[in-house]
Amino acid sequence: MKRVKHLIFWLVVIGVILLLFSTHVIAEDDFHRQRYAMVNIIKGEVTATREFLNQESLDKRVSDALENVPRHEFVPDNERPYAYINRPLSIGFGQTISQPYIVAIMTDLLKLKKTDRVLEVGTGSGYQAAILAELADSVYTIEIIEPLAIRAAANLKRAGYNTVHTRTGDGYYGWEEAAPFDGIVVTAVASHIPPPLIKQLKPGGRMVIPVGAQFMTQYLVLVTKDVDEKITARQILPVSFVPLTGKH
Amino acid sequence: MKPRLSLLLAVAIISASALAYEVLLMRLFSIIQWHHFAYMMISLALLGYGVSGVFLALNRDRLAQLFPSTIMANMLLFSLSAPACFLLAQQISFNPAEILWTPVQLLNLCSIYLILAVPFFFAANVVGLSLYHYKNHVSSIYAADLSGAGIGSIGIILLLSIVFPEKILALLMLSGIFATLLVSSYTFRDSKHWTTLSVIIALTVIFTPPGWMTLTVSPYKSLNQLLQVPGTKVIDRYSSPLGLIDIVKSEITPLRHAPGLSLNATTEPPEQLAVFTDADNMTAITRYNGNPETLGYLDQTTSALPYHLKQLAEVLILGAGTGSDILQANYHAIKHIDAVELNPQVINLVQRKYADFSGYLYSSAHVDVHVDEARGYLAATDKAYDLINISLLDAFGASAAGLYSMAENYLYTEQAIQEYLRHVRPDGYLSITRWIKIPPRDEPKLLATVINALKDANVRQPGQQIIMIRGWQTSTLIVKNGALSAEEISRIKQFCNERSFDPVYYPGISESEVNRFNIQQPPYLYQAAIALLGDQSQAFIDAYKFNIEPSNDDRPYLFHFFKWRTLPEILSLLGTGGSFLLESGYLLLIAALVQAILASLLLIALPLWLWKSKLGIEPGSGSHLRMLAYFFSLGLAFLFIEIAFIQKFILILHHPLYAITVVLSTFLLSAGIGSYFSANLSYRTEKPVFILPMAAIALLSIGYSLGFEAITEFLLKTGSLSRYLFSIVLIAPLGFCMGMPFPMALAKISQTSPELIPWAWGINGCASVISAILATLIAMQFGFTVLIFLAVGLYGMAAWCFPNSIRV
Repeated sequence: MKRVKHLIFWLVVIGVILLLFSTHVIAEDDFHRQRYAMVNIIKGEVTATREFLNQESLDKRVSDALENVPRHEFVPDNERPYAYINRPLSIGFGQTISQPYIVAIMTDLLKLKKTDRVLEVGTGSGYQAAILAELADSVYTIEIIEPLAIRAAANLKRAGYNTVHTRTGDGYYGWEEAAPFDGIVVTAVASHIPPPLIKQLKPGGRMVIPVGAQFMTQYLVLVTKDVDEKITARQILPVSFVPLTGKH
Repeated sequence: MKPRLSLLLAVAIISASALAYEVLLMRLFSIIQWHHFAYMMISLALLGYGVSGVFLALNRDRLAQLFPSTIMANMLLFSLSAPACFLLAQQISFNPAEILWTPVQLLNLCSIYLILAVPFFFAANVVGLSLYHYKNHVSSIYAADLSGAGIGSIGIILLLSIVFPEKILALLMLSGIFATLLVSSYTFRDSKHWTTLSVIIALTVIFTPPGWMTLTVSPYKSLNQLLQVPGTKVIDRYSSPLGLIDIVKSEITPLRHAPGLSLNATTEPPEQLAVFTDADNMTAITRYNGNPETLGYLDQTTSALPYHLKQLAEVLILGAGTGSDILQANYHAIKHIDAVELNPQVINLVQRKYADFSGYLYSSAHVDVHVDEARGYLAATDKAYDLINISLLDAFGASAAGLYSMAENYLYTEQAIQEYLRHVRPDGYLSITRWIKIPPRDEPKLLATVINALKDANVRQPGQQIIMIRGWQTSTLIVKNGALSAEEISRIKQFCNERSFDPVYYPGISESEVNRFNIQQPPYLYQAAIALLGDQSQAFIDAYKFNIEPSNDDRPYLFHFFKWRTLPEILSLLGTGGSFLLESGYLLLIAALVQAILASLLLIALPLWLWKSKLGIEPGSGSHLRMLAYFFSLGLAFLFIEIAFIQKFILILHHPLYAITVVLSTFLLSAGIGSYFSANLSYRTEKPVFILPMAAIALLSIGYSLGFEAITEFLLKTGSLSRYLFSIVLIAPLGFCMGMPFPMALAKISQTSPELIPWAWGINGCASVISAILATLIAMQFGFTVLIFLAVGLYGMAAWCFPNSIRV
């Protein structure tokens, strides 16, 4: 009788462990499915906005990166159910994680190569840094709000992005020791583009800045430095909207 | 039974407190949230008046039997609920930016205005119960209500000038308790327990340690965003009716506020202190040691262009704020600067508190500071300038998200541009700098306004006098008082080349020059400038997907860009990050109107349908519908006229705050006197007597409306004090007449069917809520003159419904 009880006990324990494990697997599988669906939505949106983005479709490498990075690992627990909805989410401290579509086009605009070195000013949740890490050789990211910086570093580590260099502090002067950069993303909105960041951009490099308030990107600015170090800025509307059609 | 003076006084105190509470809530929610949501929440919370009407109508006899207790209970409940409901409402986590993504935010918004409606419900009960109880003296009660509201409108402005807004909640609480004490001690002698209760509550409020009332500001407002940066702290705080000012020092990370800086800039700003108004709209006080070399960064912005066109001597800065435009002028060694700023507290910061930090900027011998509104200052001076400069007066965030759409702005109207140009010397410049928006909205609208203003001033070729340039973040529009020369055009090109700015327009520009450094696809602003200066400008304005019709003094809404035609297209783009295209301010106003109409239908039509006899309407009687139309028309018309006149008088009295206070309090106080006087007419039975006040309102309103330009012209030539006195003299007779129709009809009802008094009170309450929102929408669409004529029409309808018919 004692043996039977023992057996039942162990069966229950194994059953519970299997159940817990399978929930985890099911959840992971579910997140993967949602991520895949989200990437398809983003691809469609990029195609619809091709005229404004000056390209036919989202770079395959960027869409692969979006498919690989587990966004749910970068959002607070209470926001996890919405991690793969194409919308911005609050990450605390009055900050947000951008809409995945905006992350996608910002990343695409950088035209990164596998050998590139990228700087991000404003780590936030760490999600953008993880996407960049999928595409570039090395990623440097700076966050001024200390608790956010600590949390982002932990998020990146947990998601397996151990090579991303993180730092807590002021991003105005960039990352002098690692400069120059092939690409720079300034996600922390500043009153102006810091001159030191333009200086740390390699000739031929690209810098992307979203302009607008939390939860609402108004437009993107793509700053490029050509081989002669001439600077130009392109103001990009992230949606397919022309204020006027027809001739006058 | 005649109401005692103590009761009338108590009613007046409650009405004063309720109006003060309404204004205070607007201030508090503008600080913790954003102005446009504050407007929506408070307009809808006023439906508490409508709910009160229905509540009283259905329970009138039960409540009337217990009149002393119910009225005192309502007074005390108002006192307690005013601060309690605000505290509760600010605990609800509401983030307007998430409404599109998270429907629960809508629920939060609804909860906020339901909670805020509670104090208004109790205040309205006090007036409604008194009207019903003293049915033969409704004119006295209504007079006390209106006069109280008039005093409240002045009182709250005074209070906001001396006390922090959150502290006023306790004062309002005490005023409600004082009203209860007044009634319990002098009106109803046998209510000692109410006196004791009131005293206990009052003592508890007085001796409760301060600090129970703190504001929970949204984490998404820019003040809270900056405070997340290590080493930042609020070092000073000032309050006035114009806004709550916070000064923030950042000890570790420099602030570096330099909007619009060129991509070629290599210098950064000196040390700065951040100044926030209502926890947003950041500007900066910059450390200045007298060495202009430290200000080099200010020459790297688009607004620096006029200083490069020719040597300037006399400059006028409108909206001087914390002084960055003055520093820019200093960098260019301008001999004399007049700086005009509306908010004296901002001036005080630079002139006194941080005088040393700012290098005694506002005390310099060559700078004269004027605390005034821009157009008011210009109307009173005959000085002329080489340059009049208006730069970035609104913060980027609010300006870009379409939140200012319902805010009147008299700085950017055709008449304003003409006024500025009258004060620009021959060959001098008017320069206006604004934020870049993609796709452009206010820039083409401002350009259309400037072109219209020039055409109205008989300028044959406006295009010969206009320059526009842009960087990646700002654009500057310059209007010269004269034709531009080849030398000036060559200087524009050089200025833009050196700073990587792009010219948008100058006479003779070619398309190849407009999109070299800051590439817009397509070059929106250049296309707009060419179209607006061409023969087909109206067709361009009509075809544009945003409203860019020129703004004028009758429709001073520069930031109203909404077009219904574009809405479906924008709605289809919401999922793809197109939410910023939505002109949310206007849509919120529409949403508020729809909700107010639905709530009013619920409050008026539902009881009428379900409990007709309980309301006191006899079966088969149809004339209650005419009564409904009468009180509804009155509720709409009163506020239509009040709002239109407040707006019209802002131009005469210049200062929006003083204009609103003077016009509103004059209207309410004179209407109170009118109501009191109406008792004399109510006893008369001839029909013309009842129509008389409405005929007078129509005559006066139409007269003022048609002769407004002449009145303005006359008043602007007089001194400040006489302008205020004349305004009061002009408004008072109109207000006096407007105070009469409501109590006269109530007096009539009290003779035939007094049980309908609370219902009439509720109808009036609902109509007032709809009216405030509808008036703004009508003014935005058709202008203030149309609004006044509509109000006259509504008074006509009321007159038609009044005679003999109020017998139910």
